Amino acid sequence: MSKIVNVTLVGVGGQGILLTSEILARTAALAGLDVKKSEIHGMSQRGGSVSSQVRFGDCVYSPIIPDGETDILVSFEQLEAIRCVGMLKAEGKAVIDTRKIVPVTVSSGQQPPVENQDELLASLYANRAIMVDSIEQATKVGNTRTANLVIAGALSKLLDFPAELWHEAIRTRLPAKLVDINIQAFEAGRAL
Amino acid sequence: MSNKKFLSGNEAIAYGAYRAGCHVAAAYPGTPSTEILENIAKFKGEINCEWSVNEKVAMEVGVGASIAGARTLVAMKHVGLNVAMDPLMTYTYVGTNGGMVVISADDPGMHSSQNEQDNRCLVKFARAAQFEPANSQEAYDMTREAFDLSERTGSIVFIRMTTRTSHSSSLVDLGDDFAYGAREPKPYEKNIKKTVAVPANARVMRFDIENRLNTLRAEAEASVFNRIEEGDKRIGIITCAVSYQYVKEVFPEYSILKLGFTNPLPTELVRKFAAMVDKVYVVEELDPVLREAVIDAGVKVENFSTELSMMEQNVDRLRALRAELTGETYTPPAKPELPALPVRPPVLCAGCSHRTVFYSLAKLKATVSGDIGCYTLGCVPPLSAMDTTICMGASIGAAFGMQKAGLKNRVAAVIGDSTFFHSGITGLIDVVYNKGAVTVVVLDNRITGMTGHQQNPGSGKTLLGEDTVQVSIAEVARAVGVRRVREVDAYNQKEVEEALAEELDAPEPSVIVVFGSCVIAAKRNVNATPYQIDADKCMACGSCFKLGCPAIIRGEAKGKLFKAQIDPAVCIGCDVCAQLCKFGAISSTAK
Repeated sequence: MSKIVNVTLVGVGGQGILLTSEILARTAALAGLDVKKSEIHGMSQRGGSVSSQVRFGDCVYSPIIPDGETDILVSFEQLEAIRCVGMLKAEGKAVIDTRKIVPVTVSSGQQPPVENQDELLASLYANRAIMVDSIEQATKVGNTRTANLVIAGALSKLLDFPAELWHEAIRTRLPAKLVDINIQAFEAGRAL
Repeated sequence: MSNKKFLSGNEAIAYGAYRAGCHVAAAYPGTPSTEILENIAKFKGEINCEWSVNEKVAMEVGVGASIAGARTLVAMKHVGLNVAMDPLMTYTYVGTNGGMVVISADDPGMHSSQNEQDNRCLVKFARAAQFEPANSQEAYDMTREAFDLSERTGSIVFIRMTTRTSHSSSLVDLGDDFAYGAREPKPYEKNIKKTVAVPANARVMRFDIENRLNTLRAEAEASVFNRIEEGDKRIGIITCAVSYQYVKEVFPEYSILKLGFTNPLPTELVRKFAAMVDKVYVVEELDPVLREAVIDAGVKVENFSTELSMMEQNVDRLRALRAELTGETYTPPAKPELPALPVRPPVLCAGCSHRTVFYSLAKLKATVSGDIGCYTLGCVPPLSAMDTTICMGASIGAAFGMQKAGLKNRVAAVIGDSTFFHSGITGLIDVVYNKGAVTVVVLDNRITGMTGHQQNPGSGKTLLGEDTVQVSIAEVARAVGVRRVREVDAYNQKEVEEALAEELDAPEPSVIVVFGSCVIAAKRNVNATPYQIDADKCMACGSCFKLGCPAIIRGEAKGKLFKAQIDPAVCIGCDVCAQLCKFGAISSTAK
């Protein structure tokens, strides 16, 4: 069976995860590959964890990535990166946004925070993650709402698609007035 | 040249309906089916479409349109079909004039549902035809074919989706000739014997339905959606829907009978396949519907000892089954050891208009009969203000039942606006008629929030965004005989609490309409300026924490207690916590 690339994107509702996975899927389709994308809708706007999966290759059957077979984990938040580490193959790579979004269970005192979260993250992802401060990069670009495209840019470094295909996917997905700034954010992530 | 688009299963159904020349479409929103009608609405010039008040009405609109000759599509989530069973079970007797396609979107694994019933059982029960797409291309192709099949045979044709086929996207070739399949509706002629289901006519129709099943079976035998993929003949796997994709991944070398037209079962094809292979296995998701039909066709089916007829099928489960059947070993992937991590459950949004009601009900220690919607999150700690939730509209009848059982505590039914229109009104009439004293709290945010903000009879807009009558819940309550009807502002904590306290004590039915816009739908414009807490004035009393607002977080410790802080990135300035603070520590940052 031909090689299939499995990308899992995780984070918190409202971070632009579904848009980012859509752009990745369209880029792979523009490259002439078979693509499947799967996500869980529902209560994502209400602060819960969100995940989306994209698979591409010559022929993709299952829309869902088998347990522990993610090649690239893209986490838009630190705690979710820790939670989802088991999805990643031993030799898999990750793109991790360094921002922390404290779950309401912790901020309200119902559950304790993770002890030594920074050290835990570092030990779990030693030498296999690109750490990104997406808000900082997006602020430089001039619009914090493009933070997810910074992540997409960092992800693009781990894949073989030419930048033009990513740009084309961004153009086909976003309203014309938002295309330029999102491509700038993408390039900022790609340059990291 | 191909005309490929990257579509979700739900989008593909909308494109298929358009290509097939669908005239009328109706649905009630429900995950994972909602996007079907939202995408059909993009074709509003050609397809007359509506959000119906509930699934039963959607099915009845579909039935009427089909009788009148139109090509009709009706869509709903799996539990919605329970509501729509009544018209369905008799229209299958009558038989279609214009093609009628019903989409049932099931939710194996209960990602966003209260149960995981397998609606293939209901399709079989209704003696209707059924297609089960395995990807978006099939969802498109099968929707197109379903209208033709319905008109050829007179059967309603079901397309049974699941969360994974509805919400996964893949490439779809729409065909070079993609356009609206414009056609006139079929002619309508009054025919009392055919379309009036009185007993004398129904007894005749009862035989028609069996004949129709035989015709459908012949169609299934010849259907392009059923195919044998020959491989190693020592093992043959019969499969359908998304399970096919998992089988292709786990058993790539073996023979497969891939069924897309699954009810009625193409028994000859199944027997032919069984004769080709040494051993037959059936791989499906949820109930053993296909398995039992195959056994019924006289085929010996092997057992997997570890097979579970519940929760989602997946590659990992099938790998364990493969090991069982081939003697290979399967080791689940090793996982790094992790400490216990705090969970990140969905919660009522910061500034949600439902919060004051649940805070007050918890304070008043009322028994709360809940309903289906965002506000079911009122059950989440620290509010924990819900005793039961069963199904759409159940809150009012269940509250009345609790009273009849002699429950000593005061009982409130809590229901959203869309759910009240869906099936709460009948419960309310029952309470009034049978001299109950239930306090019904309608959380009226003028939108169907949970499923992504669809219009409803209270929002004043149709599916297409056109202005329409805005049905007043207070007027409905008065009209059915409720004398104690009040309308209160969701963001006035004192007013909400006083109204609840008074009505819970009232010896007759009451309806409290609590109005406040959905903060997501209103673009969070309740008051965009966040609030702040003066740390010097905060006495760490913890009152504001009881609201369970995600914007209120723990600050510095004061003995065993904690002062509160407000996360300015999350707070929308709804003012409710400021109303609660006895020390005046909370105020707007606006000056």
